[in-house]
Amino acid sequence: MEENILLDAVERYRNGEMSSEEKAYFEDLRKNNADIDQIAVEHSFFLGELAQLSERKNLKHKLDLVESKLENEGVLAAKERKTSAKIFYLWNRSKRTIAVAACIAGLVSLSTATFVSVYSDKKNVAAITPLVDNKLHQIEHKINQIESKLNDANTASIKPKFEANFRATGFLIDGAGYIITNAHVVNNAKNIIVENKKGDQFFADAVYSNIASDLAILKIVDTAFKKLNSLPYSFPKSNADLAEPIFTLGYPREEVVYGEGYLSAKSGYSGDTTSYQISISANPGNSGGPVLNSNGEVIGIISSKETNADGVVFAIKSNNIYTAIKDVKRTQDSTIKLSSTNSLKGLNRVQQIKKLEDYIYKVKGN
Amino acid sequence: MKIYDEEKALLEGLAGGDTDAIEKIYRENYPVIQAFIVKNNGYADDARDIFQEAMIVLFEKAKTDSFVLTCQIKTYLYSVCKRLWLKKLQKEDRYNPSIEMIKETVPVEEEIEFHEKKNDEFLLMESAMQKIGEPCKSLLEAFYIKKMSMPEIAGLFGYTNADNAKTQKYKCLVRLKKIFFAQYKNG
Repeated sequence: MEENILLDAVERYRNGEMSSEEKAYFEDLRKNNADIDQIAVEHSFFLGELAQLSERKNLKHKLDLVESKLENEGVLAAKERKTSAKIFYLWNRSKRTIAVAACIAGLVSLSTATFVSVYSDKKNVAAITPLVDNKLHQIEHKINQIESKLNDANTASIKPKFEANFRATGFLIDGAGYIITNAHVVNNAKNIIVENKKGDQFFADAVYSNIASDLAILKIVDTAFKKLNSLPYSFPKSNADLAEPIFTLGYPREEVVYGEGYLSAKSGYSGDTTSYQISISANPGNSGGPVLNSNGEVIGIISSKETNADGVVFAIKSNNIYTAIKDVKRTQDSTIKLSSTNSLKGLNRVQQIKKLEDYIYKVKGN
Repeated sequence: MKIYDEEKALLEGLAGGDTDAIEKIYRENYPVIQAFIVKNNGYADDARDIFQEAMIVLFEKAKTDSFVLTCQIKTYLYSVCKRLWLKKLQKEDRYNPSIEMIKETVPVEEEIEFHEKKNDEFLLMESAMQKIGEPCKSLLEAFYIKKMSMPEIAGLFGYTNADNAKTQKYKCLVRLKKIFFAQYKNG
C-alpha cells in the first residue's frame, strides 16, 4: 500500500498536480532517500514511455484518418488488405486449384490494370462464390496487379483528369462504336473510357465480357462519337499459318507503340487451341491490341505473356470474336457486325499503320 | 521567407496533432514519395507504410522544442523515406538500385535510429500489455492511452467508486512495469 502512495506521488509530481508545499516535501524526500529516488526515477521513466505510446497511438489514428480521407478522394491508392492471405488460403485448399493457379501464375496479363480497390472492397469480398473460375480470376487479377505494378511503375504517378487505374488497348470491330478488348481489362471496372490517337475520350460500356475466352466488347455510349462507315481491316475465320509475319499496335505507353514479330505456334499456353503463341515484344498495356498479318487481317488479340520467358506472347484467335458477337446477339438486341472489308492489302507497312492507328483505342478505367 | 513561415505553421500544426496540417503535408509530399518507391522496387502499399513512418519521424522532430527547420519539409520527408525504404529493401534482400531520383537529401540517420529505438520500446510496452491480461490491459489502456478519467473508468468497468478503480489500476501498473522492465533490461 505504501508503494501505491509513492507511485501516486510520482505520477502527480510528473503531471504537475502537487501543491508547492507537497512538491517541496517530495523533493526533499527524494534527496534524502536514495531508494525512493530510484523508484521515482524508474517510475517516471515508465510513465513517460506510456505517455509517448499514447501520443504515438493518437498520431497514428490521425494519420489513418487523413489517409482514409485521401484514399476516398483517390489521392492515395487503397491498401490491399489481407489479399495475400486469401491467395494462400486457395493454395492450401485444393490441389486442383493449385494446379490451375500455377498455370496462371506462369502468365502475365498484359493490361496495366492496377485494380487496387477491387479486392479490398467489402462488396467484392462478400461476393466470393464457390465457382472455381471466379476464384482463379481473382488470383489472375492479383497477379496482374502485382506484375503490372512492377512493370509499369509510371502509371502510379500519372494523374489524369479521369482517375484511371488501368490502361490497355482495344480496337474497333464495328464502325458503330464497338470495341473489342480483353475481359480481364474491363472486368470489375466501374467506369471505362476509350481514347483514340488524337486524344478524344469517349465513355464506353461493356456490353459483353467473357472470362473464359478473355474477350470483352465495349460500346462507345458517348454522343460525341461519330460513327464510321467502314474499318480498314477484316477478320479471317481460318487459322493463321506458322511463321507468318505479324504486327501489332497498342498502348504499353501513353503513346501508341508499333511492334512486329511472327506466329510461333498454333496453340497458346499449355496447348490452349483458342489462342496462338506469337513472338513479339509486348508489355503491360498491350492487352487487347490487334495482331495483324501482312495483308492487314486481324488474326488475333493480344492477351498475355509468359513470365519466365522472353517474347512468348499469347493472342486469342480472331474467330473467337465471331463467337462473342453471336453471344451478344443471343442475349441482347444488337446490330453489331464485324467488318469484312479490307483496305490494307497491298500497302506497305507505314501506309498500313497510318490507316490503322485511328481505329486502335486506349482503354482506361477505374 | 513566406515559404519558411508556411512550413513553420505546418510543423506546428503537425506537432499539435492538427489533421488539416497533416492532410496538407500528405497532399504536397506523398505523390513524390510514392513515385520514388514504386520506381524502386516497391508498391503503393509500401509507399503508404513508409510515408506514415516518415510522418511520425517528422512529428517527433517537430514537437521537440529545440527543433529548427534547416530544410524544407519535402526535402526532409524525402530524405527520411529514402533512407527507410533503402533500409527495408536491404533488410529483405530486395535491394536492387534502379532509377534514382536526383534530389537533395539531408542526413537523417540519427532521427531514424532514435525512431527505431522508440518503435522497439513501444513494441515492448505493447507486448507487456498483452501479457498482463484482462481487465488490467483495458484498464491501463483506458487511463494511460485513451486518457479517460478515473470516475469514467470506474463507471465503465463497474467499480463502485473511483478509488477502488485507482487501487486496481496501481496493482495492474506494478505488474506491467515488472514485465516491461524485465524485457527492457534483457533486450
